[in-house]
Amino acid sequence: MSAPAGSQPAAAQPAAAQPAPGKPVPVPTPETQPFWDGCAAGELRLQRCTDCSMPYFYPRPVCPACGSTRVEWFTASGRASLHSYVINHRPARGFENDAPYAIAVVQLAEGPRMMTNLTGVPNTPDDLVLDMPLRVVFEQRGDMSLPVFTPAEPVVAPAEESR
Amino acid sequence: MSQGQRGVIIAGAAETNELGKLPGISTLGLHIEGALNAVADAGLTLRDIDGIATVSAPGPVQVAHALGITPDWIDGTGVGGTSFLLHVRHAAAAIRAGYARTILITHGESGRSRVGAARMAPAPSSPAGQFESPYGTLGPTTTFTIPALRYMKEYGLTHEQLAYVAVAQRRWAAKNPRAAFRDPITVDDVLASRMVAYPFHLLECCLVTDGGGALIVTSAERAGEFPHPAVHVLGTGESSETPMISQMVDFTQSQAFRLAGRAAFTEAGITTSDVGHLMVYDAFAHVPIYGLEALGFVAKGEGGPFIADGNTEPGGALPLNTNGGGLSYTHTGMYGMFAIQEGVRQIRGEAAAQVAGPQISVVVGNGGMFATAGVLVLGRQPR
Repeated sequence: MSAPAGSQPAAAQPAAAQPAPGKPVPVPTPETQPFWDGCAAGELRLQRCTDCSMPYFYPRPVCPACGSTRVEWFTASGRASLHSYVINHRPARGFENDAPYAIAVVQLAEGPRMMTNLTGVPNTPDDLVLDMPLRVVFEQRGDMSLPVFTPAEPVVAPAEESR
Repeated sequence: MSQGQRGVIIAGAAETNELGKLPGISTLGLHIEGALNAVADAGLTLRDIDGIATVSAPGPVQVAHALGITPDWIDGTGVGGTSFLLHVRHAAAAIRAGYARTILITHGESGRSRVGAARMAPAPSSPAGQFESPYGTLGPTTTFTIPALRYMKEYGLTHEQLAYVAVAQRRWAAKNPRAAFRDPITVDDVLASRMVAYPFHLLECCLVTDGGGALIVTSAERAGEFPHPAVHVLGTGESSETPMISQMVDFTQSQAFRLAGRAAFTEAGITTSDVGHLMVYDAFAHVPIYGLEALGFVAKGEGGPFIADGNTEPGGALPLNTNGGGLSYTHTGMYGMFAIQEGVRQIRGEAAAQVAGPQISVVVGNGGMFATAGVLVLGRQPR
């Protein structure tokens, strides 16, 4: 399988800035609008129950753990790990130039999981190692901003640089 | 079933005349053909039918009207490929309640030719349309498959063991003249087939076919009235887990399979050692592994080696997917009807690859991508 050129996170930026004709564009509902507003602002926003403290995704007006409707939005860290994926060889509409591409599920640091794509890394079995650390970046999709994930710097790296 | 409740049987069961590529017949036409065949199999006429169940497209109203049936009881449960197992469960309850006497359950799907077929893409404002479709999903091959890599990492399932699921089922299909694929295959053949969605190769993915089938469910009090041996519905279960694969609780096990299985086994009063024949909905090669483990036939992580050791193929201790399954027999999109049909044939003793006298057959149905589950315990004798 062919890999996207470049494994640096920055390599994905030009592609991410391109419009993506034909790819599905999410249509918010009143319940999900705050999530998409967050994406437009460069933030990954999740909901959390103020009764049992459970953070959850996808957006909905009731806590799936305890049934409470006392829920609030908060800005998540954007940190995640690679939980599982497939590498799709039969592209969906709009993804013809991307195949083969990974369709992944990431485990957010706060607990919930979400589906996503992986950018800034070749989408090959060798390069996509389960549990690898990831961070959120946002891809422009029509008028919407879509959360996708890219390899995160190893946790020790910033500390080493600071010395 | 508990004491005092009337027993329920499957009195008629049949598939469409042909399965495969049938561009000359619509989805509705497949429902009609399956229904007529099942009614004839039970030695009945359409006038005997007073209850109707089928999935939401084309729906029970359309199917009943097309057949000239005026139902006293209607079930349009449409929760994916396991819906027909749920219809059997709901029909059993309706018959016990006296709401209907003779219920027709139909399936028809022009899954390959798409003649008169419904569109399947989720609306862009639905949860899946907002949170899965934008990432390039293209139906079950890109979603139902996602949990497998996690399972492989957690339990050490190898690519070869996953491929062997298709090899084992092909050995059953080789004995079945109606199976779409009958030529023997090896693990190497599977791993050399075209990559569809890593780690799944083409031969680890189900067929896409046209076809249908139907069942007649009625009271066990009438067991002697029909041309074929009655198949007793001894236990049933249903559950749902998630509308989106990304929200599956644990990627290494199906909660819905487990809960539906537990309900069905409890009602029937059986354990896994009572089961002589097993059908597990196999849209993809990992699903039988999840099914074996969820129902307790093997411990967690042992499903792959259990199949690779030959336990489920001809001559093995636990005959599994004996029609060849969705991987080799047929898969219209909502395969559950065909899993039930094979369970019925095995209990009647009329299967193409007949197992030696199974007293109990268990059918495990999946809907969506580990979204829903139905389980039936079928028996040769009433409990």
